[in-house]
Amino acid sequence: MGVHVQTTINGDAVEFACGVDESLLDVLRNRVGLTGAKEGCGTGDCGACSVILDGRLVCSCLVLGAEMNGKSVETIEGMADGNVLHPLQQHFIDGAALQCGVCTPGFLMAAQALLRKNPDPTEEEIRFGLAGNLCRCTGYDKIVRAVQAAAKEMRG
Amino acid sequence: MSLDSHSSDPMNPGLVERKFKVIGSRVARPDGVDKVTGRARFGADASAPGQLVGLVLRSPHAHAQIVKIDTKAAEKLPGVKAVITSVDLPDYTNGDRSMLDILENCMARKKALYDGHAVAAVAAIDAATARKALALINVTYKILPHVTDVDEALKHTAPIIHDHIFTEGTPQKSEMPSNQNKHASYGHGDVEQGLKEADVVISRSFKTEQTHQGYIEPHSCLASVSPDGAAEMWVCTQGHFVYRNQCAILLGLDANKLRVTSSEIGGGFGGKTHIWAEPLALALSRKANRPVKLTMSREEVFRCTGPTSSTSIDVKLGVKKDGTITAAFAELRYHGGAFPSTWAELGAQTAFACYDLKNVQTISKDVVVNRPKTAAYRAPSAPMAAFAVENAMDEAAKAIGMDPLDFRIKNAAKEGTKSSYGPVYGPIGIGPTLMAAKNHPHMKAPLGKNQGRGVACGFWFNFGGQTCVDVNITPDGNVTIAQGTIDVGGSRASIAMAVAEELGVTYDHVRSTIADTSSLGHNDMTDGSRGTFSTSMAAIFATRNAITVLRNRAAKTWEINVDDVEWKDGSAHPIGKGHGNLAPLSLKDLAAGAGNTGGPIAGHAEITADNAGVSFGTHIADVETDPETGRSLIKRYTVIQDAGKAMHPSYVEGQYQGGAVQGIGWALNEEYVYGKDGRLQNAAFLDYRIPVCSDLPFIDTQILEIPNPNHPYGVRGVGETSIVPPLAAVSIAVTNSTGVRQTHIPMSPPRVLKSIQDAKAK
Repeated sequence: MGVHVQTTINGDAVEFACGVDESLLDVLRNRVGLTGAKEGCGTGDCGACSVILDGRLVCSCLVLGAEMNGKSVETIEGMADGNVLHPLQQHFIDGAALQCGVCTPGFLMAAQALLRKNPDPTEEEIRFGLAGNLCRCTGYDKIVRAVQAAAKEMRG
Repeated sequence: MSLDSHSSDPMNPGLVERKFKVIGSRVARPDGVDKVTGRARFGADASAPGQLVGLVLRSPHAHAQIVKIDTKAAEKLPGVKAVITSVDLPDYTNGDRSMLDILENCMARKKALYDGHAVAAVAAIDAATARKALALINVTYKILPHVTDVDEALKHTAPIIHDHIFTEGTPQKSEMPSNQNKHASYGHGDVEQGLKEADVVISRSFKTEQTHQGYIEPHSCLASVSPDGAAEMWVCTQGHFVYRNQCAILLGLDANKLRVTSSEIGGGFGGKTHIWAEPLALALSRKANRPVKLTMSREEVFRCTGPTSSTSIDVKLGVKKDGTITAAFAELRYHGGAFPSTWAELGAQTAFACYDLKNVQTISKDVVVNRPKTAAYRAPSAPMAAFAVENAMDEAAKAIGMDPLDFRIKNAAKEGTKSSYGPVYGPIGIGPTLMAAKNHPHMKAPLGKNQGRGVACGFWFNFGGQTCVDVNITPDGNVTIAQGTIDVGGSRASIAMAVAEELGVTYDHVRSTIADTSSLGHNDMTDGSRGTFSTSMAAIFATRNAITVLRNRAAKTWEINVDDVEWKDGSAHPIGKGHGNLAPLSLKDLAAGAGNTGGPIAGHAEITADNAGVSFGTHIADVETDPETGRSLIKRYTVIQDAGKAMHPSYVEGQYQGGAVQGIGWALNEEYVYGKDGRLQNAAFLDYRIPVCSDLPFIDTQILEIPNPNHPYGVRGVGETSIVPPLAAVSIAVTNSTGVRQTHIPMSPPRVLKSIQDAKAK
């Protein structure tokens, strides 16, 4: 009944077996042990489960684990370089861009995907780039500012 | 400055004008790295060996008698380890009706009282088996007539939801059961006389719809009851001690046998101050003899947790042409969902709290309806009351030709004002926030086509409550803090800052963690904006007690009198004649020598933090409304609020911005939609749309600091007031952008469009 899957997660070769109806989110959280991606809705509305799949930002609750054969998945757990935080991570802390922090992994993945495509986004482009992620604590103000600051630093 | 321990009681606020070294800086929070790397563990992120998956069966009916529940087929399904109904949760509440209400909300007993009310629960080896088991439970319902609207519920023709509820607080004891559980009245003076003295009388009715706190993390807990009756629970909550106490009562456990550990909390805003599925998880675990993890779906979160009241409010204001308010009256009708509440009472207390009034009266009617039990939502009940009152204030000002902001400034409450809900105010910030708004560049910025500006103010009480803190000096001279109030937005940083400030060390030497319920005395939950206010106060007192210990240890080391030891800049210093050759002893020195001077060094404080210091804010909103569609967008927004003292300004700004945006969502879009069948029709984020990043501009903030004399550093609670003015400010802005008074929240496009068309038709 289970499907055997060979995939790459944060650069590591990973093998797992999962049911045909299991989401990538459930596989990451319950089978691979990566709980950084969160389930806020399970219907693709909140973005808390955002991961980057073959370079594309997706809601991992809307993707099946069984489809991951040969794919490459990036999650929040792979964002820092060892003990050196990614500029986005550092600016989220320094700029108080998180309060409860449950949406933070999703926002960081979405911001990462945005800045790879567009290293110098306008405020409006940031706001639309992050519009698939819900945050209920911050009113988004400090999130947008943190992404602006990180983008500036990353451009050098 | 140093603490003069010779003259002051370490447990006394002793507010002094002081220059701070740590307080007021923008340090990094101790949980920051974990939260940006995915390490932080929230409610659903913990697992236990052998854990089962718990799921809940919920009523599809708004009001129904439960005739029979047949669980046999579900119990026989392989992989199912426990099935429970209300039979498995016997009544241990010993006549405490409010606890029985909580139990009945967690699991329906004789009747299902709302769409989503739990009727049974299962624990199984995996989610798929648990889902199959739910489908095998056969519930026989007898459907009863229902009522979901607050005004309908008060009519004589409405179905009575509870036979045991008689209206409390009426002059004559009611003879018949009623859907109104409470009647209350507040105020002073003579409103009738005041209305006679008025040149203009404004009379308006307002409605607001039900909203959800909308925290991104669904409720989740991991419960484990061992055969000897001792239990552990990991749970996302705003108050693990309260969850411990209530679950222990409902499960018939001694409180010391239930150890509750709080997870990181993914938002609460009041919605995680109540227990919901936790007793079910514990009961399932007890029956199955295995740990049970129970995580709600988003649909369940909407259908059975959280929401705030929907309301119906009438306001009457009498005003003289010179801007004097001669009379202020409001009747406020709020529902508490299917259970008795006092939300309308809170609305009545807050309604006119911003103003200095000679004649004022508010009447509250608390009502039950067939909707989920209402929970607190950030300054609960105040936003709706402010929406109604501030619109009446705006209308009154315009009626007498006075600028609405000047009208508010003229009538603002001040130190010594007898508030509309009773107490006399100490130093307060309503006047200063209004003046700051008047002088803010935002007020002078030009408006474009179809744009309008609204100004409104708001009030919240703030709360203190029971708090205790342990401060422990580690053998290497660093500091750990055990706090018992949940950190919802960075309070661990603020508490560590207070201890560092008091001790005279730098922030990086101090770290605060949330202790579990077996490691610290009872703490009230993080509500009422009390977290940083009360916990920093207890932490400061605990540190002062630790300093007393440190001074004693230094005295012992030096063999001098403790009165000759002063604590300054993180070290003990000898004072007085004859000690000139003694070098100061640092925290590190004293910690290293602790074993020879009396053992570990610690300070504790246990307090009921009274006099939290009331809070006021004034907001300015600019909106643009599309006359074709009725859609309104926020173009500019400014929050001005008194913080007393901002311990960590970034986190204070964050509270201002977050509350404002929640209020904006409530004002413009969010509402529970019930069908005629009494079922909730939009239990998902797609259909219950909270604001997203692209809906908003930056939210400007201005922090005012009018010290609270009852806190050592002048701190007031800051978390809640920011959601009070937005409904009013945004609705006044839309009133100005459309030319039509907005009286129904949310101002969704169809509702605004209809208001414009109705006005044209007249």
